[in-house]
Amino acid sequence: MSCSPLEHDAFAADQAPTARQNGKRLGLIAAAIVLVFVICLSLAIGARTIPVIDVASSLFGGNVSIDSETIWSLRLPRTLLGLMAGIAFALSGALMQALTRNPLADPGILGINAGAAFAMVAAIGLFGISHPLSLIWFAFAGTGLAAIGVYAAAMGGRAGATPLRLTLAGVAIGSVLRGLTSTLIFLDPNTFDHMLNWEVGSLAITGYDNLVYTAPFVVIGVLLALICAPVLNVVALGDDQARSLGAGLRSARIMVVLAVMLLTGAATAAAGPLGFLGLMVPYVARWIGGSDQRWIFAYTLILAPIVLLTADIVGRLSMRPAEIQVGIVTAFIGAPVLIWLVRARKVTAL
Amino acid sequence: MSLHPSFIRRRFTIRALGGRIGFSIDKRLLLACSVLFTLAAAVLMAALVSGQLRIPVMDVIDVLIGNGQRRTRLVVLEWRLPRAVAAALFGALLGLGGAVFQSITRNPLGSPDVVGFDAGAYTGAILAITFAGGGWLILAGSAIAGGLLTALAVYLLTWRNGIQGFQLIVVGIGVSAMLTSANHWILLKSTLSTAMAANTWGMGTLAKVNSQQLMPILWLAVPVIVCALFLSRPLRLMEMGDARARALGIKVETVRLSLMALAIVATALVTAIAGPIPFVALAAPPIAHVITRTAGTSLAASMATGALLLSAADYAAQHGFAPIQLPVGVVTLCIGGTYFLWLIIKEARRT
Repeated sequence: MSCSPLEHDAFAADQAPTARQNGKRLGLIAAAIVLVFVICLSLAIGARTIPVIDVASSLFGGNVSIDSETIWSLRLPRTLLGLMAGIAFALSGALMQALTRNPLADPGILGINAGAAFAMVAAIGLFGISHPLSLIWFAFAGTGLAAIGVYAAAMGGRAGATPLRLTLAGVAIGSVLRGLTSTLIFLDPNTFDHMLNWEVGSLAITGYDNLVYTAPFVVIGVLLALICAPVLNVVALGDDQARSLGAGLRSARIMVVLAVMLLTGAATAAAGPLGFLGLMVPYVARWIGGSDQRWIFAYTLILAPIVLLTADIVGRLSMRPAEIQVGIVTAFIGAPVLIWLVRARKVTAL
Repeated sequence: MSLHPSFIRRRFTIRALGGRIGFSIDKRLLLACSVLFTLAAAVLMAALVSGQLRIPVMDVIDVLIGNGQRRTRLVVLEWRLPRAVAAALFGALLGLGGAVFQSITRNPLGSPDVVGFDAGAYTGAILAITFAGGGWLILAGSAIAGGLLTALAVYLLTWRNGIQGFQLIVVGIGVSAMLTSANHWILLKSTLSTAMAANTWGMGTLAKVNSQQLMPILWLAVPVIVCALFLSRPLRLMEMGDARARALGIKVETVRLSLMALAIVATALVTAIAGPIPFVALAAPPIAHVITRTAGTSLAASMATGALLLSAADYAAQHGFAPIQLPVGVVTLCIGGTYFLWLIIKEARRT
C-alpha cells in the first residue's frame, strides 16, 4: 500500500523530532530491554529453575546436559511460541480496534479465535485431518467466517455496529462456537486427548513443528499490519474524512481483514484460542503511544510478548510442579481491562 | 375450594376459605402451563425409560407406584429418578431466577447467568468444598453469598445514573471471565486433577446428582417456588410502574426484595449442586412469554418452560450421543447461545 502525500501532510507535525517523540523512542527501548529480561526468565523458570548462566551456556556455548536438553526441547520452543502468539493476538486486536474504531475489539471477546478453534476441531473430528499445515487453512477459514458472522449480526438498525453491540454479538457467537467445540471434543476424547490444554490456550509445546508451520503466516500478517498502519491513521478520522483525503479504504479494509485472519488463525492453531491479549496490550500501547497507529503497533509488538510470557511464567510458578494454562491467567488479568473500558465514557468512539 | 368463571373474559377465579384467599388465572396461561408441564413430565418419563437398560413404560409406572422388581427399582429410583427430577426441578428454579431478574431489571438480558451471578455462586460453592469440608448448609450459604457478592459487584461496576443493559452484560462477562479463571485455579490447586477433569469444570452437569443431594434441595425448593408463585401477581402489577403498583396497595420494596431473595436462593441452589448451567435462566422467561402471550412476566410459565428446557437438554446430553455423555451445560450453551444471538440481532433492529 502506498502512502498518499496527504497522509504525510496530516502527520508531518508528528514526525518532527520533538521531545515527546524522543520520549516515545526511549520508552520503546526500555520496553525492549524488559522483553529481553522476560525472555531470560521464561527460559530459566519452570518446574526446575535453571540459572541464567547455564541457560546462556547451553544456548550459545554448546553445553550438553539435562538442562540444555530441557531448554532446547521445551523452554525455547515455549518462549518462541509466547513471542509469536503474543504478537499475533495483540496485533490482530490492535488492527480490529483501528478498523472498527472500537476499543473493545479483541479476537477472543469477538469470538474470532473461537471460530478458528471450532474449524480446526471440526476438521480433526469430522474429516480426520491431522497435519498442522492442512489444519491451519481451516483455522483461517474459521477466523474469516466468524468475523463475517459477528459483523453481520451486529449490523442492522440505525446505529449500525456499535462497539457494545459488536461485543455482544461476538460473545454470543463465541459461546455457540465454544459449546460446539467442547461437544466435538467430548465426543471423541481419544483423538483430542493431547489438545485439552490447547482448548484453554497454552504455550506448553514440545519441539518446533508447530512453530515452523505457523510462523511464516504470522510474519506475513505482521508485515501486512505494518503496511496498513499509516492508512489506519486516516481511517481513524472517520469514513467520510478518510475518503476525502483519498485513502484507499476498500483495499485497506481487505488488507486488515487478511492480516487479522493470518495472525489470529495461525496463533490459534499454535497456542489455542487465547483471549483478552488483543484487548489489553493495544490499550496500554495507546495509552503510551498516543493516537498514531504506527506507534501503537510498535509498542504492541514489544509489549505483547512481555505480557504473554509474564502470564505464562505466573502460570508456571503459581502451582509448581503443576501449571495453569496461560489462557486462564490472561483472562484473569485481561477481564478488568474490559470492565474498565466499558465503564469509560467514551466507549462508543475511539 | 370452588372454581367459578369470573366476569372478566378468559379468566378463572379460584377462591378458598370463604373468599379470604383467592386468585384468578388467565385461561391461556393455565392451558400453556399445563401443556408445558405435561411435556416436561413426558421428557422425565423418557429419561426414566431410556438408557443402557431399556425399561418399558409400564414397568416404570409400576416402580413409581411402589411395585416392581428389585433390580428395576434400583435402576429407576436410585439411578435415573434423581437426575431426571433434578433436571426438571433445576430448570424450574433457573426459570424462576431468570424471570425475576429480568422483570426487576426490566431488561431481557439481565438474567443471573449473564450478570455473573452463576460464576460467583460456583466460586462460593467450590470455596466451601475446598476449605470448609462439604457441609450442606455451608455449601448452600457460601454459594448464595458468592452469587450475591458477584451480582452486587457487577451492578456497582455498571452503575452510572442508572443501569444500561448492554454495559451490564459486558461487565458481567468480564467478571464471569475473571471468576471462571479463579474457579479453575482453586479446583486445580485443591484436587490436582488431570486435564480431562479440568475440561468438565465450569460446565454444568447433572450426571453426579444423587438422591442424598436432591432431598434437602427439594425441601428448600418447594417453599421457594410456592412463595414465588404468591408474589407473581404483585410482580406483574409492578411492571406497570412502581407508582401504580403502590396505588394498588402493593408494598413495592418488600415484594421486590423478597422476590430477589427467592430468585437468588433458587439460582444459587442449582449452581451449588450442578455448577453453572448457562443460558436457561436467560431463555426460559422470554420463551414462556411467547407461548403464553400474557401482558407481563408469568413466573409459573417461566418455571414450566425452564423445567422443559433443562429436561430436554439433559436428555439430549445424556442420550443424544450415547454411550458418550455430554455435560448438560454444553448443550444449553449451544441452544442458549443461539437464542442470545437472536436476541441481540432483534434488539439491534429495534433501536
